[in-house]
Amino acid sequence: MALFPDPFNTLLGLQQALEAFRTSGWLQSSTSGGGSYPPINVFRKNDDFVLIAEVPGITKSDLDVQVKGRTIRLAGTKSINFPDKASVHRRERLSGRFDRSLTLPIEIDLDGVRAECNDGILVLFLPRAENDKARSIKIG
Amino acid sequence: MSESPLAVREKQELAKKEEQTVPGRFFVPPADIFETDEALTLIMEMPGVEKKDMTLALEDDVLRVEGKIDFSKYEGVEPVYSEYVVGHYARGFTLSGKIARDGISAQLNDGVLTLTLPKAREAMPRRIAIN
Repeated sequence: MALFPDPFNTLLGLQQALEAFRTSGWLQSSTSGGGSYPPINVFRKNDDFVLIAEVPGITKSDLDVQVKGRTIRLAGTKSINFPDKASVHRRERLSGRFDRSLTLPIEIDLDGVRAECNDGILVLFLPRAENDKARSIKIG
Repeated sequence: MSESPLAVREKQELAKKEEQTVPGRFFVPPADIFETDEALTLIMEMPGVEKKDMTLALEDDVLRVEGKIDFSKYEGVEPVYSEYVVGHYARGFTLSGKIARDGISAQLNDGVLTLTLPKAREAMPRRIAIN
């Protein structure tokens, strides 16, 4: 069953669900602070997990994604350059370097991890390791 | 400058003048604006918005930018941990008469929209010779 079945409720449904999980204890205290850049959301899809981060203006070459054991590290630099002779009227975008890591409460299949980065969104597919999946036990 | 640690800024919710008919929250994309001799450049961050879902409209000197998120990508998933809310983006800018309306161009790269608003010929700086 899809979690957000009605197309008219999709946006609101997703937003409400995300808001509700802002206090989720799923990552316990294993992430390096909720206020670290880039902001991330983690979703469950059947047995597997999907990590999504907003990284607008960061090119693939400026983004370093590492996975070791259960820990994921996102590091890189976001640079904003203005032309030399420009006069800046407004500056709301932030730039700088970032480095955060988070430890998942599940075992992941390291060979199956895939990363995509499109339209300023980083998507990390994290398949759950076979030995971490639940097994049905037949009652004899 | 680029060596300082990057902070996270909470998304700013859009205060709508009109009532909405579709449920859901909109956000204001953070923007940089700079001016050169030839043009005014607007740069806005709208992560997750594809080119086909970006709308730019110029009406009565107001340039409206709207970026929609394709929510179908989130079908069949369940959040377990969340640090930000996903939503559409909208922002409007009032243009001065100095902008050449016909020359406005837009580019979308890595979730960043760059609008180039060329100045009208009359508004370009010129050197005045002293006789």
